[in-house]
Amino acid sequence: MSVMEQDSAGAPARASLMNDPKARGIFYQLVLVVAVVALGYFIVSNTITNLERQNIASGWSFLENTAGFGTNQSLVPYSETSSYGRALYVGFLNTLLVAAIGVFFATLIGFIVGIARLSNNWVINRLAYCYVELVRNIPLLLQIFFWYFAVLRSIPGKREKWSIFDTFHLNIGGLRLPKPVWEIGSEWMGYALILGIIASFFVTRWARKRQEDTGQQFPVFWSGVGLIVGVPVITYFVTGMPMTLEHPNFVESGPILRQGFELNVGINVIPEFLALTAALSIYTASFIAEIVRAGIQAVSHGQTEAAHALGLRNGPTLRLVIIPQAMRVIIPPLTSQYLNLTKNSSLAVAIAYPDLVSMGGTVLNQTGQAIEIIGIWMAVYLSLSLITSAFMNWYNQRMALVER
Amino acid sequence: MSKKILPLVLGAAMGVAATTAAGATTLEDVKAKGFIQCGVSQGLPGFSNPDAQGNWTGLDVDLCRAMAAAVFGDASAVKFTPLSAKERFTALQSGEVDVLSRNTTWTMSRDTQLGLNFAGVNYYDGQGFMVRKDLGVTSALELSGASVCTNTGTTTELNVADFFRANNMPYEIVAFEKADEVVGAYDAGRCDVYTTDASGLYAQRLKLTNPGDHIVLSEIISKEPLGPVVRQGDDEWFNVAKWTLNAMINAEELGVTSANVDEMKSSDNPSVKRLLGTEGAFGEAIGLSNDWAYNIVKNVGNYEESFNANVGPDTPLGISRGVNALWNKGGFMYAPPVR
Repeated sequence: MSVMEQDSAGAPARASLMNDPKARGIFYQLVLVVAVVALGYFIVSNTITNLERQNIASGWSFLENTAGFGTNQSLVPYSETSSYGRALYVGFLNTLLVAAIGVFFATLIGFIVGIARLSNNWVINRLAYCYVELVRNIPLLLQIFFWYFAVLRSIPGKREKWSIFDTFHLNIGGLRLPKPVWEIGSEWMGYALILGIIASFFVTRWARKRQEDTGQQFPVFWSGVGLIVGVPVITYFVTGMPMTLEHPNFVESGPILRQGFELNVGINVIPEFLALTAALSIYTASFIAEIVRAGIQAVSHGQTEAAHALGLRNGPTLRLVIIPQAMRVIIPPLTSQYLNLTKNSSLAVAIAYPDLVSMGGTVLNQTGQAIEIIGIWMAVYLSLSLITSAFMNWYNQRMALVER
Repeated sequence: MSKKILPLVLGAAMGVAATTAAGATTLEDVKAKGFIQCGVSQGLPGFSNPDAQGNWTGLDVDLCRAMAAAVFGDASAVKFTPLSAKERFTALQSGEVDVLSRNTTWTMSRDTQLGLNFAGVNYYDGQGFMVRKDLGVTSALELSGASVCTNTGTTTELNVADFFRANNMPYEIVAFEKADEVVGAYDAGRCDVYTTDASGLYAQRLKLTNPGDHIVLSEIISKEPLGPVVRQGDDEWFNVAKWTLNAMINAEELGVTSANVDEMKSSDNPSVKRLLGTEGAFGEAIGLSNDWAYNIVKNVGNYEESFNANVGPDTPLGISRGVNALWNKGGFMYAPPVR
């Protein structure tokens, strides 16, 4: 670089711009930018002209029109009289829900299997190995179909059920759970929960400081559980039990169609959601397991030996020495898996889970506004991915090796 | 998913450009490339369904073959593109297919807002319900609280919402992208009810494990006039589609069949003469040869032949003519005369 600068600056008479590598560089970049912009302009203007010429409606006003179709899962109030915009919002929330729960279970299963892969126990080791090789080599769509159709056929029909503790019920219509009904005074339980979380945060800080100062340990985990669960439970009894449970109602007499669980009583987790979450988490977990294994193996074995030499047992060695160092290797590829899981959730459309692509597809078909809907789809998945990546990058920086 | 979205995006953005670039009318394009690209369903017995050898058959398929016969005198000059309910309009708008003959309901919004024209009705359908016999349900009004399986992105989904709302009955909708998954989920017992156009119910019932265990309820809750669709703003091609269908219906009315069409060419009936091109120049007026309708009937048959071969009482679907009979036999099928 310095040589080049000397050449151009040091020349007695300025050479022609044509021969100035810097000017040529800028020129080529300008040409490229102009070409890209021109291509973009050409595509957009051509599309607009053609839409007008073919009398195809365009614009965003359709979002306010009445949707007219129903859905079997919505986290916010939605009915047939809601707008198309609302329908897309319902689909978006459903995508978020399945992605969030999928990420949680994929991480959990992934870490367990990844660590099991390194176990000295031959059976556990081989089981984890088989899981990874079996699951990651079968296409995801097939796995979704497997969970939906194979499992659907093996659980009881609509007029029967499997129950656990007489509280959780499973049949082909979904997993039924009791629904909490919040009455006046129940807001105190919410406050108590927030208080418990804040308190456990401070206890953790205090415990760490005490351990640094005195070396004495404090049962942080159990005290945290006590604060977060215990405080709201005590509040519940103190305020006179303001929350009741609405149990699913299983009808056993009357016309056959009416038998089985009554609609809209209790919480119903639809089988489409169960199948999709199971398939996404189990599939992604197989990749996460390999990432975790690679991350742990990247930490030199000397670290384990050193920890053992200091008298740490296997558990604390893994938790306090190996995993924190392995995380630095694990997090970047883990981010990609989270992004994959979120994007893969669009396969929901195959099994009637009303995610953004499914709801958007229906809106697209009713309004015919393909370009707008596809624009929304791409914008939403892009933003979700960018937000996830931004968060994981932030977390990665926190976990990165701090050089002192 | 990219498999689904890519054609849509490319279709919407680039394909639209491609049709402009070509500049010619659809009829000229079709004549130049030597075949008609026809959009059909992904497999609906009786309407458009590939057999074991991959040959497409059905009422909707016959219409495309008839158009090929009218343009080229060869019913095999057609290529088929299976389309989902969601993809179908974009595929037509973008020029990926020349005509959409895919049990598509003619509605005002589709006719006016999508840049499309419906060329007529080749099957008068209506939405019905199928249930298991052992439910003991005899009327759709007893379906309160039922879970209902259907296809997403169709008028069906709207009609079922309207029906349950109008009758103040709660329901759970389970809407799938493809018909095969609807059948699978209904067969597995995920839903109490399967709803789609009545013709579709009869067709899909054949795919169930025990077709005999299911009945189609007699109520019809909507009007579903199904017909071929072409792009708006290309009147020449619109005429070809419209008059191909009319020719098949007129041929039935005049008693012209694929078996007797050669004898009928020497008929004294002026209506028959005009239809078969021995009198007048009606074919030339729509940019075809004068024996266009002769080719249709000779190669594909009249409407009755097509109906009976694909969905009629002697087929597994066993649908009677009903409202699809000719106007002078108690049905709705009525074609303007060739004159």
